[in-house]
Formats: sequence, C-alpha cells, structure tokens
Amino acid sequence: MAITINGSDVEAPGDARVSLLDLVRDRLNLPGTKKGCNQGACGACTVLVDGERVLSCMTLAVQCEGRSVTTIEGLAAGGALHSLQQAFIDHDGFQCGYCTPGQICSAVGMIAEIERGVPSVITADLGGEGLSLSREEIQERMSGNLCRCGAHNGIIDAISEILVREAAE
Amino acid sequence: MNPFSYSRAAGAADAIRLGAVAGTKYLGGGTNLVDLMREGAEHPEALVDVTALSREIEEREDGGLMIGAAVRNTALAEHRAVRQRYPMLSRAILAGASAQIRNMATIGGNLLQRTRCTYFYDGEGSRCNKREPGQGCDAIDGFNRNHAILGASPACVATHPSDMCVALAALDASVHIEGRSGKRSVPLVELHRLPDGRPDLDTVLEPGELITAIELPALPLASRSTYRKVRDRASYAFALVSVAAALEVESGTVKDVRLALGGVAHKPWRAWRAEEALRGQPASEDAFRAAAEAELADASPLKDNAFKVELARRTIVAVLGDLAGAGR
Repeated sequence: MAITINGSDVEAPGDARVSLLDLVRDRLNLPGTKKGCNQGACGACTVLVDGERVLSCMTLAVQCEGRSVTTIEGLAAGGALHSLQQAFIDHDGFQCGYCTPGQICSAVGMIAEIERGVPSVITADLGGEGLSLSREEIQERMSGNLCRCGAHNGIIDAISEILVREAAE
Repeated sequence: MNPFSYSRAAGAADAIRLGAVAGTKYLGGGTNLVDLMREGAEHPEALVDVTALSREIEEREDGGLMIGAAVRNTALAEHRAVRQRYPMLSRAILAGASAQIRNMATIGGNLLQRTRCTYFYDGEGSRCNKREPGQGCDAIDGFNRNHAILGASPACVATHPSDMCVALAALDASVHIEGRSGKRSVPLVELHRLPDGRPDLDTVLEPGELITAIELPALPLASRSTYRKVRDRASYAFALVSVAAALEVESGTVKDVRLALGGVAHKPWRAWRAEEALRGQPASEDAFRAAAEAELADASPLKDNAFKVELARRTIVAVLGDLAGAGR
C-alpha cells in the first residue's frame, strides 16, 4: 500500500523506524516541513494526514500507508499561495520562518476543526452551537505550535483574518 | 531507536495473535510510545498497529456509552453525547496535550501512556525502578516538584500523566480487555496500579492483553460536571494538580458526588474519602474544605512538592463551589 503525499503515491520505507518527517525531508526532498524538537513539543513538523493536523515527527511513515499526507508544499496549488500563506505575509506572521510551515498547516487543520464544531478547553458552553473566534480561542487551539522569535501576535492576526473571512462565507 | 518490525492487525483477534510474541507492543497513535522508543526508555522488537480496532462511540439505550479503543481523543471530546452527558470528559481530553496530539492519540493508548517523570526518560543518566527494576530512584531525592503526594512508595514517586483517565476514574468507567485466555472487564480505577515494589508494572494487564473498549455507565449527575487543570502555563503542559468533579445538590444538601484527582499519584486518584465525607452534607465551602482535607490527610509530600497539597485542597474547594453555584 502506498502513502499519498501531496497527491503523489510514494512507497513506504522498508525500515519502520523512519518517521513521516524524515521521509518527506530526507527522502522526498520536501524540506518545507521542519524538524524542531523531534519529540512532539514544538509543532514545527505539523502536516495534514487525511485532512487532520498531526505531528510528523511522532508518526512512523509506515502508519501512513493508505492515507493521504499534505505538507506545506502541497498547500500552494499551482504555485498560487494558500490564503493563509498570504495572510502570514500581510501580518508579519514570521521572522526567522522556522515554525511557519508548521503554523500554517496547523492553522489549516484548526479552521477545519472549528468548521465542524470541535470545542476547545476554554469553550464556555460545550452544548452550544457556534464557536467563539476570539484571540483567546485561537491561542488555545494553536498552543501546540511554538514561535521563539516573537511573531506570535502576527501569527494570531493572520489566522484570525482568514478564520473570520471563512466564517462569513 | 532499535530496529523493530511493524504490522497492522485487522481486528482484536488478529492483534492478540500477533501480540503473543515476546517483545511485541501494541501501537495506537504512537504519541507516547514512539517518543519513548526514540529516548531509549522502550525497545520493543515488534509493533502491532491496533488502530483498526473499533472507532465507534455507541450510545446505549440506558444513556451509557461504549467507546472503541481506536477512537481518537479529538473524536471522543467532540462527540455530542459526551459533551452533553459527561462534560468533564470532554474538558479533560481537551485540557491534554495539543490539538495535533489529540488528533493522533487513541483512547486505548491514552490509558496506557507512561509517566513523564524526567528520570524515567533519562535512560543514560538516571536510575529508575520503573525503567530498570531494582536500579533505584533518582527522583525521590531529586527535582521532584511534579511528583506524587499520594500513594507513592520508596521505589517510585512518579505520577500518571493522563487527563482523560482522571475523568474516567470519576465517571465509574470500566475497561474491556481481551487476551489469549478470553475477555474480561476491569473498573478503570483498578486498571492502574500503585507502585509498591513493582513500579515497572503500570497496570494490571497481563502480557499480550489488549484494551478493546471503554464503557461509561449512565450517570445523570455527570451532566453537571467539570474538569479543572492547574499547570505551569495556560496550555499544552502536564497537570500539577487536576480535579474532575460531578455534583448533585438537592435543597442545599449534597445528594451525590464524583471526585477524582490528577497529577498527585501513580494512578488517576478517585477521591473516595472526600465523596464519603460529602454525601448528605450541606453544599457549603466548609463542607467542601473538610472533604478535601479528609482526602489529603495521608498526603506525604517530597522535598519540592508540598505546594501540591494546598493546591489540591484549594482546587477541590473551588471546583465544587463552582458546580454548586451553577446548580442554584
């Protein structure tokens, strides 16, 4: 069974120790996904598997056989920037850029979670319809992605703009 | 990481057959096991992927739930029936880890995650009876502000890291298990062990046994319940202390209560003594404090974690006070 990565089928590595992160970076020449802590603490390696945000450093590549992986390289269809990529530029949502691919993939997953009604730990009414799109909600939902060089406010601004725009559509 | 083989089980029977080989571990989301293997704290020779186990959340006619072991943490937290009937469980799951990890982690794996004691992880530099039985414990006299205040032993002072399990302990959940000798069901509060002389054994599971489901009984008072987690930062950190509570008050009197604590012991800590002390008492701050003190009477803090006793006391009083206030 193949792993589908950004629309192309790839054979799973023979060595089960290879993480999804090492597969895309070192074997498929897709270095957009970053290796930060390699232990699930920083979120720099976030990718989408079957549309859900996950940590590629903690995922064995073989676990993804039969599944569809999207990395940051797969978001810019036909060379046009994804709306979140453009928003990060518009709001200075990065400085060194190392956490950015993970932040953007995570935000794509987060917006899908909000659209299907997944609550967060700070959601006041678990039984209620419609979720808050406040800064605090975005901060809580993005807490698995760390930025160490001070772009956090710009990151939240960028995500907030896209979230509010999509909610209005 | 040592080399290992990987296979996917088609279902429970297949997993149990594959899991019969010594050195085999079951793999759910891998959010803890892969990390432990990379750090050298676990070295299985074979992984059997059990994510093909049930992902169903079945609503029982009596109002209870049967939750398949391969249900992802996010899926359980967002389920409508869980949010309405067991809000403490939704909140406990959502208080744990990060969104990415909750998307990966299975509930079966959540039950079996191992302590985050740093000495347990530090295979090259520290002694740990959980990792290497008989080796000694460097946490007891080490940096131990995150460690246990209840139920610890001279062999181990580690805490259980799960938030979800604290809610399950309060909710009278039971764990469905299958092995080569058949099926059995164990109350969640009896799944995890206190360390005693064998801290290497986290649970009462026999080698090769597999968790297939978690059953939640109908518990009407749980519709008014919550989970509060106190930690060093606002999000994405393990608990210093956490409290799962459900409270039913009638005419100002505590009719029924469920209470469990996290971050304080080697297992999710059901606060039986506090519950006993509260039933039939007025729903007052004095009664809540007396119940918390009854539960914490045997606490034996270490060098760095005496603050947890007071923190647990205050958190219990605050959570029960909130629930009592919300019901007025």
